[in-house]
Amino acid sequence: MRTLYQFHGGVHPPTNKTQSTRTPIAPAPLPGKLVIPFHQHVGNMARPLVKAGDRVLKGQLIGMPEDGVSSAVHASTSGTISSIGMEVVAHASGLPDLCAILIPDGKEEWVTHTGMDYRAAASADVRLALRLAGVVGLGGAVFPSDQKLRSGKHKIKSLVLNGAECEPYITCDDMLMRERATEIIRGAEIMRFMLDAEEVLIGIEDNKPEAIAAMRQAAAASDDKMEVIVVPTIYPSGGAKQLMRILTGIEVATGVRSTEKGLQCFNVATALGIYRALRFGEPMLSRIVTVTGNVRNAQNFEVLIGTPVNELVALADPLPDTNLYIMGGPMMGVPLPSAQVSVVKATNCIIAASDKLFPPPPPALPCIRCTRCADVCPADLQPQELFWFAQSKNFGKAQEYSLFDCIECGACNYVCPSHIPLVQYYRFAKSEIRALEHEQTAADLARERYEFRQSRIERDKQERAEKLAQKEMAARQPAATPEAAPDNSAQSHIQAAAERAREQAATARPKNIDALTPQQQAEIAEIEARRAKAREMAHPDAGRPKE
Amino acid sequence: MLISTFISKPDTVSAIMLRVLLALLPGIALYVWYYGPAILVSITLASITALATEAAMLRLRNRPLKPFLGDNSALVTAWLLALSIPPLAPWWLVVVGTAFAISVAKHLYGGLGNNPFNPSMIGYAVLIISFPSHMTHWLSPHGLGQTELGFADQLAFIFGGHLPSGIKLDAVTLATPLDTLKTQLQLDRPLKEILGMPIYGALAGKGSEVVALGYILGGVYLLFKRIITWHVPAAFLGTLFVTAGIFHLVDQAHYVAPLFHLTAGAAMLGAFFILTDPISGPTTPMGKLIFAAGAGFLTYVIRVFGGFPDGVAFATLLMNICVPLIDAHTQPPVFGKKDRGAK
Repeated sequence: MRTLYQFHGGVHPPTNKTQSTRTPIAPAPLPGKLVIPFHQHVGNMARPLVKAGDRVLKGQLIGMPEDGVSSAVHASTSGTISSIGMEVVAHASGLPDLCAILIPDGKEEWVTHTGMDYRAAASADVRLALRLAGVVGLGGAVFPSDQKLRSGKHKIKSLVLNGAECEPYITCDDMLMRERATEIIRGAEIMRFMLDAEEVLIGIEDNKPEAIAAMRQAAAASDDKMEVIVVPTIYPSGGAKQLMRILTGIEVATGVRSTEKGLQCFNVATALGIYRALRFGEPMLSRIVTVTGNVRNAQNFEVLIGTPVNELVALADPLPDTNLYIMGGPMMGVPLPSAQVSVVKATNCIIAASDKLFPPPPPALPCIRCTRCADVCPADLQPQELFWFAQSKNFGKAQEYSLFDCIECGACNYVCPSHIPLVQYYRFAKSEIRALEHEQTAADLARERYEFRQSRIERDKQERAEKLAQKEMAARQPAATPEAAPDNSAQSHIQAAAERAREQAATARPKNIDALTPQQQAEIAEIEARRAKAREMAHPDAGRPKE
Repeated sequence: MLISTFISKPDTVSAIMLRVLLALLPGIALYVWYYGPAILVSITLASITALATEAAMLRLRNRPLKPFLGDNSALVTAWLLALSIPPLAPWWLVVVGTAFAISVAKHLYGGLGNNPFNPSMIGYAVLIISFPSHMTHWLSPHGLGQTELGFADQLAFIFGGHLPSGIKLDAVTLATPLDTLKTQLQLDRPLKEILGMPIYGALAGKGSEVVALGYILGGVYLLFKRIITWHVPAAFLGTLFVTAGIFHLVDQAHYVAPLFHLTAGAAMLGAFFILTDPISGPTTPMGKLIFAAGAGFLTYVIRVFGGFPDGVAFATLLMNICVPLIDAHTQPPVFGKKDRGAK
């Protein structure tokens, strides 16, 4: 038996998983229209390659990944792009985002696609292929997988495959492992090869015996060193850091890349996506979504990306008192702004909610410092202190108490006897801090520009004075050698000024940003993009006073 | 939308406080057994005063009545204070102490969750400083006094100040075992002789030592229900025991055995019910240990060298002052940073 480690805290909410595992995964029928956002992943939005009226084929690239962290977006089926514009998307912000609306023609006509031999190709080419196939983490983070598959300068010991699925209600990974274990293992082999990892550790919670059996069987058939490890059912064991801790005992601190500790972690569904992308050249066009909660027939569906949520949940027959749809689980899920939004790559579960299923919490009472939250925090934080600082907008203190180490798992919320929406306070504090840092960066940039301009004006003045002096000299001494060093001196002035500016830029870095992981940086970039968009949208009403 | 998790454990502040009240019942039952039902009168008086004061303060502060009156926290304050006041105290003493605890010590600081000091102990401190003589007439335990008062007589005294003719207050009350010990030691009576006095039982005061066992029983229930952790009782009782033990070892003629200190006065009530108040106590495990150890030491010092009959209340309040400092310096390391030490 392998030694398993524990993380601090954790909770045991009722799992409510059996409702949706009674029937196999069913393919969802082609919807009437598909709303495909260009920004379904962490990082930069994909650049639209199509325009209204274009006919597209299934799997055709319609959004090109843009610089750095980004991923591609594809037409989920063949049909016609009816429009490209801002639509409300499945995101906590409730803000609209750029989407392509695709009217399917029902032919499911594929674009030509072929697989590649990942062993023969250069690693960079394989990664490019994954990037262009729109392969992102399907565990919820939707981080572009190509970015995580560099072997890099650190030796990877263990590749961790996350099949824990600790959130209540969600069973998409469970069903996927039961039904497509072999393909998942093939994907794991590819990832192990690319990372040159010694072993693959597959962590699955002990409440999924069928998935464990299927994965064990498939793993046994692999030539690679793979081990399916049964982990206790405790929320949030499926958090990447928590699972890595359970399986290896290693804790990856905030701001540290797991690769530095010799670990890399992927969701099981991502493994399957990687396999299909490389073996068959199939981009990520669909995913498994659990539809459960206040429905008559809870089930998992294979759903095309872009399928409107209302068309999807209709398949599970929601009860009439359903008044909200939640994307994700009851612990970390986000309420959807409308049932018209579409399924995106991050949509692992749709819960139909009613006041009966999830009764609204009683009004929040003040914190009584009982520290039940600290007892269950898997990040070893003191949530009651963070709440105090967030509530009083003492953001500096909140950061000092490691606010950004919070993984927003909601365990504190779950146990709070005062029913304080703690995570909401942490999110608020985080976004405020990011906004302040953004402002600081902008102010620094403006100051640099101003100082550079000042030095340029100064330099011009000096040059002019020198030229004048030379002219005078020349007038007085016509025999002197012409064109001595004025050009050089001007050049050196420019260089000096530029260097000063560079130096300032280097020293005036905003604090607290250097320790962020690429995920976090990408997240910040994403938030800023959304903010910019929101500002843009607010622009027509510029006359209105600000909030 | 202020939602972050859609499910929550069905636990409430009100249920937690109710369990604390439940945990006090064995101690109260033994109290009644040894001292008669007068304590029930003080508890009722304190409860009514606490709720009325709470309601009035909430009104004044424009806060909703229902969630806060129902949170049971005022009742916990009331019961703990009532248990710290002599049962035969005049009715107004209980009312003044409770009203002060709820209005000043709790609501003027912001109400539930915001009071830096334990409200019951503030109420006790106000009473012992303002009305010291009323605070020292404790009922003598069953079978010890020259005479005993019936319940009707007790009520008549509490509300009217009249004793049946021919009975003096001194005939039905005594100083506490701790108080007696201190005054007798000052009179240079040998310790052995003092402990031979009828008010002393097997461990400390006759009767009161058994009530203390009742509090332990309630404390175990709270530990079992995870309302308190082991840190505070263990560190408080441990420090009190060790400090008393050291003095006892050095000079057995003048310093009583450590078990006496654990079962006398409010030590057990303090260990399981007063110092464990989450609001005015520290939050980190290490902080709880420091806080309770400090209180244990101070309790001993005040009991033995101070001017008050017991030291738990002032030790609690003194340590309450230190809580923000203790918390700030005992933050445990976060995930992934354990090997590098705190911060």
